[in-house]
Amino acid sequence: MKVLVAVKRVVDFNVKIRVKADKTGVETANVKMSMNPFDEIGIEEAVRLKEKGTASEIIAVSMGPQGAQETIRTALAMGADRGIHVLTDAELQPLAVAKLLKAIIDKEKPRLVILGKQAIDDDCNQTGQMLAALLGWPQGTFASKVTPTADTAEVTREVDGGLETVELKLPAVITTDLRLNEPRYASLPNIMKAKKKPIEQIAPDALGVDPAPRLVTLKVEEPPKRKSGVKVKDVVDLVDKLKNEAKVI
Amino acid sequence: MTVLIVAEHDNATLKPATLHAVGAATKIGGDIAILVAGSGCKPAAEQAAKIAGVARVLVADHAGFAHPLAENLAPLIVKLAGGFSHVLAPATTSGKNVMPRVAALLDVGQISEIVAVESPDTFVRPIYAGNALATVQSKDKIKAITVRTTAFAAAAAEGGTAKIETVADGADAGLSKFVRQELSKSERPELTSARVVVSGGRGMGSGENFKLLEALADRLGAAVGASRAAVDAGFVPNDYQVGQTGKIVAPDLYIAIGISGAIQHLAGMKDSKTIVAINKDEEAPIFQVADYGLVGDLFKVVPELTAALPKKG
Ligand SMILES: Cc1cc2nc3c(=O)[nH]c(=O)nc-3n(C[C@H](O)[C@H](O)[C@H](O)COP(=O)(O)OP(=O)(O)OC[C@H]3O[C@@H](n4cnc5c(N)ncnc54)[C@H](O)[C@@H]3O)c2cc1C
Ligand SMILES: Nc1ncnc2c1ncn2[C@@H]1O[C@H](COP(=O)(O)O)[C@@H](O)[C@H]1O
Repeated sequence: MKVLVAVKRVVDFNVKIRVKADKTGVETANVKMSMNPFDEIGIEEAVRLKEKGTASEIIAVSMGPQGAQETIRTALAMGADRGIHVLTDAELQPLAVAKLLKAIIDKEKPRLVILGKQAIDDDCNQTGQMLAALLGWPQGTFASKVTPTADTAEVTREVDGGLETVELKLPAVITTDLRLNEPRYASLPNIMKAKKKPIEQIAPDALGVDPAPRLVTLKVEEPPKRKSGVKVKDVVDLVDKLKNEAKVI
Repeated sequence: MTVLIVAEHDNATLKPATLHAVGAATKIGGDIAILVAGSGCKPAAEQAAKIAGVARVLVADHAGFAHPLAENLAPLIVKLAGGFSHVLAPATTSGKNVMPRVAALLDVGQISEIVAVESPDTFVRPIYAGNALATVQSKDKIKAITVRTTAFAAAAAEGGTAKIETVADGADAGLSKFVRQELSKSERPELTSARVVVSGGRGMGSGENFKLLEALADRLGAAVGASRAAVDAGFVPNDYQVGQTGKIVAPDLYIAIGISGAIQHLAGMKDSKTIVAINKDEEAPIFQVADYGLVGDLFKVVPELTAALPKKG
């Protein structure tokens, strides 16, 4: 089966972000960018399905400015076969991304579509569910195990109380949770090979989608800082402080 | 304004997360209705009717709603949503699962995990693991929202006398099937609503060693949580994870033991009232957010601390 994976380029998870002085957003110039960690897990899952013979072709899709090409290259180096880059400098919110993905999916007709459960920049946790809704497909969100057969996929989901397993009719949308797998590092030969794999570039209007944002960001601020605490010298000191100062025990 | 809240429940009982969503709805203002969709969910509906400030309880009792499958729930919520200006769900795994599906079907954006209401169309939400707060304004006709439960006080569970109405009996969309669940059983308070949380990290070394934390938690009447590293290592189940991609907690007292304090972990607990960190590395970043830091070996400190606290009950 054909598998399509959405990969977003985000500020690397190790970067300590800075809010811009004019409160319009977060500083992203000269900051290390990487593939959203949940999307690495998505690509890894697709590659494993291909290694098992379940997946026939893997398409990696990213949307955003020119830099998103790099993220697609990473996906190709990990084992995706080809890339699609929806090129735009405009802000894309989850509903717009879902609509653009739907337009691509209508054309490519994959049986399985994998997204991350959440992008670690906007922390929205929406796009996969929205895409499933627009397609009229079932959704296996927060997946920690995915077992596809010819017509269905059994998906184990990480839920608040523990784990839940559902059976979805294919085609379906999956969103990855952290424990689905551990993504591989691309080997040097595979990085070289990835340079020759094709990436198609499209503009949002060519897909017939109006990607205008629905939410206006009025301002972005730093959260209130906790005032710095103290070191206690031992357990007796700690218990005393918790009882008499913080009054929490 | 009219607000519809999608209740979190297990048919027999209404989950406290629902009360926090009602708390957020009161900040928005207007009439509040609660949707209880389930199978044999009369007890949950009756509890919803008693919540202070709630005007109506809409009940959809159908086998297709026995488990909160988004494919079955979303069409029902969409059908009802037309009569409301806001649709809210707590930002639990089931709320996060269904609400974006509803939003897309309504062709509106979703405002995820709001932590404050500025006005009926303007909300504050954390981004970048809570390292920034964005104030966003929605231009959509219906506002689809998930609510960070720790950011809003719970509405009173008693005192209301809402009308219970039956709505469409629902259907099975035929796209998905519930197969099974493995829920962690615990006598302890629930992580997201506990007054005290004791969390362990990679420093615990093994699942066996979590017994040390449980002994401490027993003395404090606390819930037990964990870092991602501890969950990944298999020390404890996934639903113990606190952080950006796990559970968000804000207890009166949070004790982090053998946890370094990565931003993704801090995202889940830095709004706790009092934070205690126990770590053998005095440079560990967790000490930067801790009100009280104790540098030491947890295998020595934790049993000492447990012994210093009175037995409960
Ligand atoms: C996309 C993404 C999402 C993530 N989401 C989350 C999340 O939701 N929650 C989360 O927690 N993490 C999350 N992480 C992982 C996070 O980045 C850290 O890797 C993780 O929190 C580290 O866990 P830890 O502090 O237990 O382990 P470590 O960083 O290894 O720290 C262990 C600590 O234990 C101390 N220690 C060891 N032995 C002892 C001893 N005997 N006595 C006292 N102290 C001792 C050490 O000094 C050290 O500070 C996420 C990461 C990514 C990329
Ligand atoms: N600009 C984008 N390009 C490609 N994939 C995206 C983009 N935005 C979101 N996604 C996908 O949607 C997932 C969830 O994102 P979000 O709903 O924003 O938290 C991500 O993990 C990606 O798989």
